[in-house]
Parts: sequence; C-alpha cells; structure tokens
Amino acid sequence: MENLADIASLLNSTFRISTPLIFAAMAGLFAERSGVIDFGLEGKMLAAAFVAAVGSYYFNSPWLGLVLAIIACVSLSMLHGFASVTHKGDQVVSCVAINILMIGLTTALAAAWFGQAGLTPTLKDNQRFLEITLPFADSLQNVPIIGLIYSDIISGHYIFVYIAYLLVPIVFWIVFKTSFGLRIRAVGENPSAVDTAGINVFSMRYKALMVNGVLIAFAGAHLSTAVNANFFREMSAGRGYLALAALIFGKWHPKTALIACLLFGFTDALQIRLQGVPIPGIGLIPVQFIQATPYILTVVLLAGFVGKAIAPNAIGQPYIKER
Amino acid sequence: MVSPILELKDINKSFGHVHANKNINLQISKGTIHGIIGENGAGKSTLMSIVFGLYQADSGTININGKSVKLKSPRDSIESGIGMVHQHFMLVENFSVLENIILGFEGELVFGKNLEKAKKDLINLCETYKLNIDLDSTISDLSVGFRQRVEILKSLYRGAEILILDEPTGVLTPQEVDELFKILRSLKEEGKTIVLITHKLNEIMDLTSEVSVMRQGEMVGHKKTDSTNKEDLAEMMVGRSVLLRINKSSAKQGEVVFSVKDLVVKDDLDVTRIKNVSFDIHEGEILGLAGVTGNGQTELLEALSGIRKIESGEIKLFNEIISNQNNFLDPRILKEKGLAHVPEDRQRMGLVTDFKAYENLIFGYHHQEPFSKSSILKEKEILSFSKKVMDEYDVRPNSPNLITSNFSGGNQQKIILSRELNENPKVLLVGQPTRGVDIGAIEFIHQRLIDMRNKGAAILLVSVELDEVLSLSDRIVVMFDGNIVGEKINKNVTDRELGLLMAGVA
Repeated sequence: MENLADIASLLNSTFRISTPLIFAAMAGLFAERSGVIDFGLEGKMLAAAFVAAVGSYYFNSPWLGLVLAIIACVSLSMLHGFASVTHKGDQVVSCVAINILMIGLTTALAAAWFGQAGLTPTLKDNQRFLEITLPFADSLQNVPIIGLIYSDIISGHYIFVYIAYLLVPIVFWIVFKTSFGLRIRAVGENPSAVDTAGINVFSMRYKALMVNGVLIAFAGAHLSTAVNANFFREMSAGRGYLALAALIFGKWHPKTALIACLLFGFTDALQIRLQGVPIPGIGLIPVQFIQATPYILTVVLLAGFVGKAIAPNAIGQPYIKER
Repeated sequence: MVSPILELKDINKSFGHVHANKNINLQISKGTIHGIIGENGAGKSTLMSIVFGLYQADSGTININGKSVKLKSPRDSIESGIGMVHQHFMLVENFSVLENIILGFEGELVFGKNLEKAKKDLINLCETYKLNIDLDSTISDLSVGFRQRVEILKSLYRGAEILILDEPTGVLTPQEVDELFKILRSLKEEGKTIVLITHKLNEIMDLTSEVSVMRQGEMVGHKKTDSTNKEDLAEMMVGRSVLLRINKSSAKQGEVVFSVKDLVVKDDLDVTRIKNVSFDIHEGEILGLAGVTGNGQTELLEALSGIRKIESGEIKLFNEIISNQNNFLDPRILKEKGLAHVPEDRQRMGLVTDFKAYENLIFGYHHQEPFSKSSILKEKEILSFSKKVMDEYDVRPNSPNLITSNFSGGNQQKIILSRELNENPKVLLVGQPTRGVDIGAIEFIHQRLIDMRNKGAAILLVSVELDEVLSLSDRIVVMFDGNIVGEKINKNVTDRELGLLMAGVA
C-alpha cells in the first residue's frame, strides 16, 4: 500500500507543478498562434507573481491581487504588441527586454517598498488562496481506490489547479470552434488572407495578446499567492521558458501542450522525490543532476523525439502590407 | 448609355517619389469582362488594390452603380460587392476550403448551424458555376488551379458582383487556363462583372470585350477589343512598336556539345527531384525546356551549372565529364571551359543587388584581365567596360555606379545577360530569362538569345512561359515530376500538346 500512496502523492504533485506551466503554455498559444512570438512568458509570470503578492498584501484580498496581476500582464503584453506589432520591431528582442526588465524591476521594487532584497512580506491565510478540499473527500478517504484517487489525487489542490485543467478544453474550443479562434489561427498563418478578408490584422494580434496577458497572470498568482505565501526573487525559475518548450513540443496545440506540461510536471515531481534517495544499483545521484532532469528532458525531446514541430507560418514576422 | 457599375475618376496615388497612378479615369460596364493591360510596374495592381481598399487613393473618386463610395479597407470594398483574386493567393494553406471561405464572414461567434448554412450556400454556388470543389479538403492538397477556384468561390460567397483577377494565368497550365476562362465566361453569363489584369495580349483578345491600357502610371487608352489587335495594344503598352513574334532563321544544328545522361538529382531536403533525365544539346540550337514551376527545373539548372552535386548519371561538356556521382567541376572552371549560366532567380543567384552595377557586371570574370591584375581590381578598365556593355545592352539608366537593386527587373536581367554573353560562351544555360521583365525588354532579350544561337552557341532555355519556349526553341522537351515526358520539334507542336505533357496527363 505504501507504494500506492507514493504514486498518489507523486501524481498530486504533478498536477500542482504543471499548473503554472499550463497557464503559461495556453497564454503562449494565443500569442504564437496569432503570429507573435512570446518569449516573454517568463518575465510576465514574474511580474504577475510580484503584483499578485503585493496587491494581496495591501488590499487583503488574493482575488484583488489576481486582478491587479492581470492588469499588469495585459499591460506588458500590450507593450510587447506596441513594439512588435505596431512598430514591427523584432519580437524576440522585445520579449527579452521584458524578461530582463521584470527581473530587475521586481527585485528593486521589493527592496524599495519592503526593505528586503527581492522578498515581499509573508501573506496571511486570508491574503492567499488555500487548498480546497472537495466535498466528501474526507469521508471517502478510506474507501479503497476511489478514496485514493478522489481524496488524495483530485482533492486538496489550490483553485488555480482546477482552473488550469478546465482551461485546456476551453482553449481548445475557442481556438477550433469559434470565429475568434479561426481568425487568430489565420492571422498567424497568412495575415494577408486575413487582411483581404476585411479583418484588421493588428487588432487581431492585440486581442490575442490580451488573452495572453490574462492567462499568464494566473500562472504568476499561483506561484506567489497559492503555492507560496510571498514573492521572492526570480521565483518563476524558468517556468516561462519551460512552458514555451511545452508549447512547441505540443506543436501549438492545446491537448498536446497539456501532455507536455504534465510530462515536465511529472519529471519535476519525480526529481523532488528522488533527491537524497539512493537508486538501486546506482547509488546516490548528485542532487544537481536530478534537478536538471526536466531541462535535460526538454532538450532531448525537442532535439529528437518530437519530430518536426511546424510553427505557425507567419510567426515572428511583423505584418507589412506589400506594395 | 447605362451608368457603369464601376467608375474611377482622377485617381492619384504616390509611394514616396514614385507616382504609381496619375489621374486615372476608368469606366467598367456591368456584365462585361474588362481587361486592364500594361507592363510590370505600369500601375495596374496598385489601381486595383485601391479599388479593393488595400490602399487609399491620394485623390480622386470611386463610384459604384453611380454612387460615390469611400473604400477605406477591404471590408468596405467587399460590402460594396467587389471581390479580388490576387496574384499570390490569399489562402491559409493548412485550413480547409470551408474555413478559408468563411474567414471574416463566419456569421456567428460559435460554429454550429452557421457552418451548415455556409456549406449549403457554397454547394449551390459550386453547382451554378461548375466549380467542382470539395469544401473539406485542405488547401495545401489542392493544385494551383483549384486554389484559384477557391479564391473565386470565396469572392462569390462574400457577395462579389465585380470580380477583379490580378494576373490569374501566370501560374496555370494551358488546360487550367481553359478551365478558368470557362468559369469566367459563365460568371459573365450570370451577370457578374469581371476585371482582368494581365500583361498577356492573347488573354485580352480571347476573353475581354473592352480593354484599358496603362503605361507608367497613366491610362493611355480604352478600346473595344473587337476594334483593336495585339500589335496596337503592344504599341500602346510600350509606347513604341514592338515585334511580337521573333524572326528567326532555321537552326544550323552542329555537333553535340553538351549532354546529360541518366541524371538523378536530390534537393536540399533529400528529395529526388530529377529522376532520370537524358538529353543532348547541339551547336547552334536552342533547346527549350517547358514545365510548370517546381517540376525539377531549378535543381536541373543547378546541377548543370556546377552548383549542385548529382546522385548518379553524368553530364558532359565537349565530351568531357564535368559531373558524375563522385565529383563535379565548380562554376569557375566551367566558365573557363565556355559554359555560361543565367540563373532563374536573378536577385538571389544572379546578382548581389546591394552592389553597384559595375561590380555585378564583372562577377565571375573579375579575376581575369583586363578587370584585374595581380589580384588588384582595375577600376578604370572596369568602368569603361561597364559603360560600353551597358550601352550595348541598352541598360537604363546607363550608370555603372548605381546600386543594382535600383534598376528595374528587365534592366537587372540585361546586366546579367551582358555579363554572361560578353564572353561568347559555347554553351549557355538560361533560366526564366524574362520573368518579371517588360515586353520591350523581352523582345531585346529574345533577340540576343537568337543572335547567340546563330553564332553557334548551344542554348538550354528553361522557362515556365510557354509562349517564350515556343517562339525561341528549335526543339522542346517537357519536364514533369522530375522526368522528361516528351520531346518535340518546334515546327509541328501546339501549346495544347505541350500543355497536356506539362500537366502529366499525356
């Protein structure tokens, strides 16, 4: 039975760890499907984590913190749009600028406002999101199998976890079953076709970036007001890049991107579990090596196993009407 | 007289210093096919882009059915009943036909009943005009001809009464052109108005009832098609009289100087593009190679000119093997042996467009006297040589110091030709010599190629312009899917026969 409990706890962690990746990957999906590279998921996630923590601390409401984080991330997405859609700047450069700026700005502001280098004050329970115990989870606890699955794996997560898994089918539906999604996909494949259909290419890309900003804010808020009870320096820890890798690995499709996020979440959960545990026949593996597994997996998957990921045709190209 | 369905008054449009449209006036009657003809850069496409709302005119008015309209975006134009089939199709390749057509006109936010209704309407339209399109197929699986039909269907679905087609036949085989013309005629029968932009005089004569001619941004004349002829129109287009059919004596065929045997070539993606090709070229003849773009012509020219490795087979120049599966001679050695190459893509392979004309005029020969001595370029000689050849080849403007990209397409091509022909090559490989070149320059380039042939050169002419292959070649081979599917003596072949070969059906 102990093994089963182990597996349950591993899956539970997987769902939790995958959550910010899923939000970020879905955010990236909207931007990139519309033809705008979003390398800035990392910086926006960091900004959202900071704003959510600070907002929640001042206003005593994690929800208000989330709303402020959304405003911050949408503004950053608009900035990215202004540089790379309106002014046709290099999209990667614009993203890198956002990432670097956010690392510095969050640390500096935390130091200026709270006197601690890169830390915000610890949030009280009413200032953060708490784990939700689903109905009947406690009473079902001891029922075999069902109890394990329902009470130990499905129940007891932060609200963002549930939102994330509901989000994926919604994103799929929006992207493939609505005219908004059709236009987003078209503008990332052949903006001229969209333009000649009488739709404004620029406004389509801005709309996609707006959705992008909203979704990435959830990832940041999850980090600083749910899983942790404060913001700390560079707390996004490469998750934005990992989510982008998951998006590419998932070929810009919500379902496969979800699988990729889960895989990264699983390896991360596994590495936490394996730290300090001797592997039979090998012995103790240095912790740094174990920590690196999700990234090694990324490289290996991207390099060899995924096959050719075909990006949206017009990605990275500012739209210029031809003469 | 009935008021015209589309009327343009005093339209002006400038891009920077270029005055693309000058005081254009145009009237198009309902239910007609109206041709607009002019050389590349005459301003035809700009004018029609204004009508389609892609650009806004600097001044002037547009009337539709007698009412003045403001066309600020394609949306305005579509709502005014204007549809446009662009030269480069405006389709999303990985979307289905249906998705492409409803894009922007989905009806409702959430897909459901609207898709069913759209499908029904589209099936009706397809039947009315015999378009025969499967709505669920993906664009990338369709041939060019079918993609064009999707564009037409798209415009009809959006309620077009006036359909503008920009150079619609450039990418089609003769059979596809026939199909297209049938569709256009049936559209006309149903009362639609069609505007056909082209630079091909045959199409104007075949299809239109009225024709307007543009030259250098101006409208230089309107004619009833019945009361004019190709020669007149060509003269109006160019501004001087033009020889449409080249006069050439019959070939004096000599020895085989260039031969290709069992050639197999792969492209950069490791796909076999030339499957098994053999042919010979004799002294004093032009061998035309016809085919629809993308059937291996590019790889063939690269292999023959020593740029691309071959998988098997051999290529011989004057009975000497210059390429086989183990090894191949590089272009410089081939040049010294008397083989010249005018590449298909002149801007990418033929020229360094950011360099000055005189530099481009000596590339490949720059290391030889008189252009350089002891590895130092001799500017004075180069400049006087450049002046001389630019004069001889009528390159305009005659200024060797001008950056090459500032020359028009035709003049850029003349720069390459003067460079390659100046050395009197024995074998000349020419790819798409007149793509994007004006009719006046085409005449000049064709005459030069004939002159070379008459001097005894062996010429391989690779072109997707069937007219060009027919008017220049002594023998014609047709390439389809990496194979040579037919060889014809030019005297007794029609474009019909070649078209069938090009489409791979004969």
